[in-house]
Amino acid sequence: MSGGLDALDLSGDWDHDRIMAEVEKMFAMGETSPRAARDPINQPMINNWTEAIGETDPRYASSADGGAGIAPPAMAQVWTMYGLDPTRPADDPLHGTMQIFDAAGFSSVLGTNCDQTYLRDVRVGEHVSITTKLESVVGPKVTGVGEGYFVSTLNTWWVGDGADREAVATMLFRVLKFKPAARKPAEAKIDRTKLVRPQMNRDTQYFWDGTAVGELRIQKCNACGELRHPPGPMCPSCHAHDRGYVVATGKGTVFSFLVHHAPYLPGKELPATLALIELEEGLRMIGEVQGGRETITVGSPVQVVFEKIDDSLTLAQWEVIA
Amino acid sequence: MIGTALPAWSLPLTPTLIVSTAIATRDFQDVHHDRDLAQGHGSKDIFMNILTTTGYVQKYVGDWARGAVGPDFRITSCGLRLGAPAYPYDTLTFSGTVVENSDDAAGRQPGTITIDVLGLVSLGNHVNAKVTLVGGSA
Repeated sequence: MSGGLDALDLSGDWDHDRIMAEVEKMFAMGETSPRAARDPINQPMINNWTEAIGETDPRYASSADGGAGIAPPAMAQVWTMYGLDPTRPADDPLHGTMQIFDAAGFSSVLGTNCDQTYLRDVRVGEHVSITTKLESVVGPKVTGVGEGYFVSTLNTWWVGDGADREAVATMLFRVLKFKPAARKPAEAKIDRTKLVRPQMNRDTQYFWDGTAVGELRIQKCNACGELRHPPGPMCPSCHAHDRGYVVATGKGTVFSFLVHHAPYLPGKELPATLALIELEEGLRMIGEVQGGRETITVGSPVQVVFEKIDDSLTLAQWEVIA
Repeated sequence: MIGTALPAWSLPLTPTLIVSTAIATRDFQDVHHDRDLAQGHGSKDIFMNILTTTGYVQKYVGDWARGAVGPDFRITSCGLRLGAPAYPYDTLTFSGTVVENSDDAAGRQPGTITIDVLGLVSLGNHVNAKVTLVGGSA
């Protein structure tokens, strides 16, 4: 068959244009000839499936047990699985397209979408066959796992042959063929100066002046003496504007925490452990826990540590203490 | 019926479950039954195959529909958007919501019911699914 896999020359260098030119041959192949399932739809394979999944719908039981003699729709693809035989028909466009992308260096594969429709029930004794055609190839796209192409095939399951054949189910199956993104070496240095800068203004300057000199400062109402955090212009208790600060002991416990994996944050090494710290002074403060974060639990005792990012910013961070 | 939440269902995942369902769906890819080879491919462990995810999504919806719609309901479509892998020793928790309920061709209820399903594992969304089904008369 012209345009089939035999026509593929996969050696040499690859770029997008060459990939798409080879893929065009896969489109030109159109729909495969029907490939019959190994077995007719049968009760023992249904029983294996319902037993493994734990499906208890009585319609799928054997007819002796009052079943309806129909197969679970979710088994549509099971009947035509290749099994252990590694050979593929020469006109399988998904297999051919995968070979093109393998040769072009997009060696990894990830299923992303599987959309099935069930046009009618299929019955024990019916023998399905499958046809496949390449539906679309879209890329290159930059994804979370690396650069790749989305390859979609449209599969149709049939009962009967020739003009009398009847479509019983369809499946649009999409995979991402991708080059795994090079992992950053563990020693790759995060540029901490790229951190999102905290707001510094007349209400908060005392706090950042404190971290710069190794003090964890808490705002204090000079009128009534109440401590407050985060800072603000007015005392929530007595409404006085006269404010100062005290220097906290820098000790507390973890009230709650989360581990942030994604998205990427400039200047931060991920995963990052962010905690709500209950200070000895009775207030709570959010901060990042670095030292001992592997063992963090709610209630872990923590101590403040200061990290100088540059001349204009020193962060108060936390470490778990034994 | 729109807005109805399906009862959540948590499925503890074991190696036996991952392997037995892969074989029952005739999926013999090594990443679904051979931990050494799966790890050789860069995976943390063996993981659930797509045909099994399809099966569990439909079992989850079907267990609800048998009572809520009637025992003769028929699933007409199932769209999966796949995410994080489902590994052994994790838990796969399903939740679902009825998002559409249109009359059938004769203007009767139930017509076509659409359910959005989320299957969650510790790494995040394992699957987002949209399942449509019709009542027994269709």
